Amino acid sequence: MSSITADGQATHAHTSGEFGVGEFISTYVFSRDHKVIGLQFLFSTLLWFLIGGLLAIGIRWQLAWPWSDMPVIGPMLFSAEGGQISPEFYTMLFTMHATVMTFLVIIPILAGAFGNYLIPLMIGADDMAFPTLNMLSYWVMWPAFLFFGGSFFVAGNGASSGWTSYPPLSSVTEAAPGSGLAQTMWLIALTCVGISSMMGSVNYMTTIIQMRAPGMTMMRLPMTIWGMFITALLQAFALPVLTAAGFMQLADRVFGTGFFVPEGLIVNNSEMVAGGGQPLLWQHLFWFYSHPAVYIMILPAMGMVSDILSCFARKPLFGYKPMVYAICGIAGLGFIVWGHHMFVSGMNPGLGMTFMVATMMIALPSAVKTFNWLGTIYGGKISFTTPMLFALSFVLMFVIGGLSGIFMAATPVDIFIHDTYFIVAHFHYVLFGGTAMAVFGAIYFWFPKMFGRMMNEPLGKIHFLLTFLFMNGTFFTMHILGAVGFPRRLADPYHYETFRHLLPMNQFMTICAILMVACQIFFIVNFFYSIFFGPKAGRNPWHANGLEWQAPSPPGHGNFDFQPIVYRGPYEYGSPEVDEDYYPQTQPPNERGDTDEPATMVNH
Amino acid sequence: MGRFWSLLFLSVPILGVITFVWSAMGLYPLERHWFPELVVADSNIDHLFYVILAMTGIVFIGTGLAMFWFLWKYDDKKYDGPVWYSHGSHMLEIIWSVIPAVLILFLAIYQMDAWAGARMRRPMLENGQPKPAMARVIGRQFEWKIQYPGNDKKFDTPDDLYTTNDLHVPRDEEVVLEITSEDVLHSFFLPNFREKQDVVPGMKQFIWFKPVKDGKYDIVCAELCGWGHYKMKGQITVESASDYRAWLEKAYNEQELSEYSLAEAE
Ligand code: HEM
Ligand SMILES: [Cu+2]
Ligand SMILES: [Cu+2]
Repeated sequence: MSSITADGQATHAHTSGEFGVGEFISTYVFSRDHKVIGLQFLFSTLLWFLIGGLLAIGIRWQLAWPWSDMPVIGPMLFSAEGGQISPEFYTMLFTMHATVMTFLVIIPILAGAFGNYLIPLMIGADDMAFPTLNMLSYWVMWPAFLFFGGSFFVAGNGASSGWTSYPPLSSVTEAAPGSGLAQTMWLIALTCVGISSMMGSVNYMTTIIQMRAPGMTMMRLPMTIWGMFITALLQAFALPVLTAAGFMQLADRVFGTGFFVPEGLIVNNSEMVAGGGQPLLWQHLFWFYSHPAVYIMILPAMGMVSDILSCFARKPLFGYKPMVYAICGIAGLGFIVWGHHMFVSGMNPGLGMTFMVATMMIALPSAVKTFNWLGTIYGGKISFTTPMLFALSFVLMFVIGGLSGIFMAATPVDIFIHDTYFIVAHFHYVLFGGTAMAVFGAIYFWFPKMFGRMMNEPLGKIHFLLTFLFMNGTFFTMHILGAVGFPRRLADPYHYETFRHLLPMNQFMTICAILMVACQIFFIVNFFYSIFFGPKAGRNPWHANGLEWQAPSPPGHGNFDFQPIVYRGPYEYGSPEVDEDYYPQTQPPNERGDTDEPATMVNH
Repeated sequence: MGRFWSLLFLSVPILGVITFVWSAMGLYPLERHWFPELVVADSNIDHLFYVILAMTGIVFIGTGLAMFWFLWKYDDKKYDGPVWYSHGSHMLEIIWSVIPAVLILFLAIYQMDAWAGARMRRPMLENGQPKPAMARVIGRQFEWKIQYPGNDKKFDTPDDLYTTNDLHVPRDEEVVLEITSEDVLHSFFLPNFREKQDVVPGMKQFIWFKPVKDGKYDIVCAELCGWGHYKMKGQITVESASDYRAWLEKAYNEQELSEYSLAEAE
C-alpha cells in the first residue's frame, strides 16, 4: 500500500523488511499499474533501440568499407569469412534493423510506453480500463522479443527478406538462407507484436472514451491523447489484416498452401508444388496495415510535440480543433493510400492514378499541422529547454520528410526513385528526424513526472545538438544518393558502374551515423544518473497545464491524491484571466477571485 | 543561447539548398551526384522532378525562414513584449489549406500525362495493334535472362535467341520489352532510362522507351531477391539499328554453333 504526501512524493507505508518477494513481483514485474507497465515498455524499447542502432552501424559499415573486416566484432561474429560481412549477413542486417526499429521500438515506445504512462494521467483516470489486459499487452511482447532475438541464432542468422517480407522470397524456403526457421520465427514474433498492440488499442480506446475526469470533454483532451486515440483506432482497424496476412504466409511456409506463390515457380532449380497464388496479394495486405502503421508511428509523436511546443512557447496551441481534424483526416486518408508503395509493383496503372491523388491529399492535413505549429510559436515567449529543442526539430524534420513524400507520390517520379535511397531518406526524416526526436523530447519532458527528478539540461542540450547534426549529416545526403538512383538493400552497390563514384559520400554518411549512435551516450548517462541523483522535481516543474502535472511526481498508485475536475482545455498559457502565465486544467475559474461566485463546473 | 539555436535551425534550409544546388550543378566534390545521364527521348520524369523540387523548395525555405525568425524574435531571454494570446485564426487556416490544396491539385493533374505515357499508352503499330515486345526479360536468382523471338517474331519457338545479362536495343526506335520472373520478385531498373518495373512471377508486363544515345548502361535489380541480389547485374547496349541487327545475327550464329557442338559432345 502506498499513500501520497502533500509534497507530492509517494511513500510506501511499510518498511523495506515487510516488502516480500511476492509483492516485489506484483509491484514491479507483473504489475497492473499503467505507470509501471509504461516504464517497462520504455526500458525494453530503449534497449531495443540500442540494438537496432548497432545493426544500422553494421549496414553502414558495409556500405562505406565493403568487404572489409568489421573492427572488434567482425572477427568474433564471422571468423569463417575472415571477419567480413557476408552478403547473407548483410541482408539479415537491414531486415532486422528495420524490423526492430518499427515493431520493437517506434510502435511500442509511442503507444506502449507513452500511451500507457500518459493516457490515464492526462485524462484524470486512476488507471486503464482493463489493467490485466494492459499487463498482458506488455508480457506478450516478450515472446516477440525472444522470437526476434532468437532468430539471430538459428540457421540463416535472422530473417532476411526485408521488413516488408515480400513473397515468394519470404515464403519459399529455398529462396534465401534466412528464409528457413528464422523467417517462421519472424512471423510468429510479428503476430505477438500485433496481439500486444491490439490489447493496448482496445484498452486505450475504452479508457479515453469511458474514464475521463468530470469536465474533460473530448475537445479538452490534450493533443497527445488525441494522437493516441486515433492511433488506437487505426490499430484496431488495420491490424487484423496484417495478422491474417501473417497467418497466410505462415501457412504457405508451414502447410504448403499457395496464397502468395504463383504457378510454375522454379526456385534454386526445384519446382514448387504449391501454386495458383498471387505475390501482389501480400503487398496489398501488408501495406493496407503498414501504410496506416506509418501514421501509428507519427500521430502520437505529433500530439506530444504539440503539447511541448505550447508549453515552452507559453502560448495556446494554434487552432486546436483544426489540429484534431487534421489528425482524423490523416488517419482517414491513411487507409486509402497504401497503393503508393506499389506504383511499380505490377499493379494496374489505372489504380496508380487513384492512389496518387489520394496520397497527394494527405499532404494537406500535414501542411495544416505544420503551419499551426508555426502559429503556436509565433508571438510566444520561447524558452529553449531540451524538450523544446527536440520538439522544434521535429517540426523542421517533418517538413523535410513530408515534402519528399510529394516527389514519391508523383507516380512518374516514383518510377525512378522507388527503392532507392530517396525513399530511405524520406522515411528516416519522418521516423528518425520526426518520431524519434519527438520521443527524446517527450522523455526529457515527462521524465520529472516519471521519476520525480529532473534531467540535466546541459547534457541534454549536448545530446540534442550532436544528434541533430549527425542525423542530418547521415540522412540528408541520402536524397542525393537517391537522385543518382542508388538502390537500397544492396550489399555492394559499387558492383554497378553507375554507382561506383558514390563511395566517398557513403563513407561520410557512415561516419556521421557512427557519431550519431555514439553521442547517445550523453543521453544514457543523463538518463540513468538523473533517475537516481537528479535534482528533485516538484509536481509541476514546467508550469504546465495538463492534469498529469497536478498529480504527485511520481504519482502513486491510483495517480491523483484528489478528484481532478476539469475546467478548461490544456493550452491556456498566457491567459489574461490569471496572473500567472499558465492556468492548469483543474484550477477552478477565478480562484484567486475577483468575484465571490463559487467555482462551478463549466461544461461546454 | 536562443540565438544559437535559431541559427542552428536556420542552417538546415541553407545547407539543404546548397547541397541540392551543388549536386545538381555537378561542382566539386559532388560531380555526378545527381541524375545519371539521360539516354531516352522522354524527359518527363526529370522535368517533373524539377517542378516538384521548385515547389517543395519554396515551401521548405519559407517554413525554415519563418521558424528561424520566430525563434530569433520570441526568445524569452530577449523578448519582453506581450504574448500573443490567440487560439488560432480561421482566416489564416483557410489560406494555408487552400493554397497547398491548389498546388497539389495542380501537380496531380499535371503529372497524369507523364504517367500515362510511361505506363498506359503502349506504342502502337500502324495497323492499330499494340507493338509486340522486341525482347523478353526474365529475372531469376541472380541473373537477367534475355530472350529474342527470332525471325518469326514469336516467343518460345526454335529460332529464339537467348542471352544472359546482355540486352541490346536499337537507337531511335520505340522499344517494347516484356518482363517476367521465374522465381522471386526482382525489379528491372535502368537508371539512365528512368525506367523501373517490378518483375513478378506469374505476371507478364510490358515497358517501353525510346533510346537516343549509343552506349552501354547498367541493368540494376532494385527489388530484394535474396543474398545475391547485389550481383544481379546486366548490361544494356544502345546502338544503331544496323549494328543491332548485326549483333543479333552474330549472337544467333554463336548460339547455333554452341548448340551444335554441345549436341556433338553428347
Ligand atoms: C506522416 C508520416 C509519414 C511516415 C511515418 C512515413 C513513412 C514512410 C515509410 C516508412 C516509407 C517506406 C516504406 C518502405 O518501402 O520501406 C514511406 C514511403 C512512402 N511515403 Fe511516407 N511517411 C510519412 C508521410 C508521408 C507523406 C506526407 C507522403 C506524401 C505526401 C508520403 C508518401 C510516401 C510514398 C509515396 C511512399 C512510397 C514510396 C516508394 O516506396 O517508392 N509519406 N513512408
Ligand atoms: Cu505509405
Ligand atoms: Cu533480383
